[in-house]
Amino acid sequence: MQQFEKIYLYRRIVKAKLFIDNHYADDIDLDNVSGQAHFSKFHFIRLFKLIYGYTPNNYLVKTRIEKAKILLGKGNPVLQTSIMVGFHSPTSFAGTFKKITGVSPSAFQKEQLIKKTAMQANPLRFVPNCFAATHGWTEPQY
Amino acid sequence: MITKMTHTCVYVLNQESAYDFYVNKLGFNVHTDAPMGEGARWLTVTPPEQPELEITLFLVAEGGMFDKETVAAMTTLIKKGAFGAAVFTCNDLLATYEELVSKGVVFKKPPTKEFYGFEALFMDDSGNWFSLAQING
Repeated sequence: MQQFEKIYLYRRIVKAKLFIDNHYADDIDLDNVSGQAHFSKFHFIRLFKLIYGYTPNNYLVKTRIEKAKILLGKGNPVLQTSIMVGFHSPTSFAGTFKKITGVSPSAFQKEQLIKKTAMQANPLRFVPNCFAATHGWTEPQY
Repeated sequence: MITKMTHTCVYVLNQESAYDFYVNKLGFNVHTDAPMGEGARWLTVTPPEQPELEITLFLVAEGGMFDKETVAAMTTLIKKGAFGAAVFTCNDLLATYEELVSKGVVFKKPPTKEFYGFEALFMDDSGNWFSLAQING
């Protein structure tokens, strides 16, 4: 790996990305993240965007919304979810969520719960017929 | 005419461990996780930017398509690393490699410039290997 020029730069950016992945629920100061990566803020943002396609701040927001989708899918209340993924204001959370996913958190949660219930009640609907038949998963109890 | 692929299978030796590998290490999304009775489970995941392609994490276990002899043979071959399951792509191979290594993913081959592109090979938790290639690499 050392033969690749500037591999050390990649390692620092990846470390910063993983820091966001692991601390998205905290009050992350992206100035500190760039400092920890030993970059100027401008250089850090430029390299991060070059590698991941998002600015660090946009990546943080995207990560929070992705985590929120998982939490909402598990039935966590919207308000609690917004706090668990690092939003200070539920209004800001709802607005950002809708902007990114196209639906409100409560509508998203409703869709997920309907899907989950259907999956438990009639899992065969989610399995291609060929696999289900091969396994004998065609009995009424499934 | 055929229009698209909707499902494909990766044969795994432990679905719980495969779930952890594909979701928590590779970052894939769970599409379907449905109990099928008698301990059976239909588990599919999708790559983050390809939600329409379900990868079934198919347990190699007796029943359905597999008898005891088949299970033993497949288990041996999977553990041996005889199955190359697919090619995945990423925008930046070095960054993806560094991240996956930090999460404990084992690579058979580090990022390497080949005449056909920039690629690495990694193994899943069962022993299946995959090519990881950089788009425009």
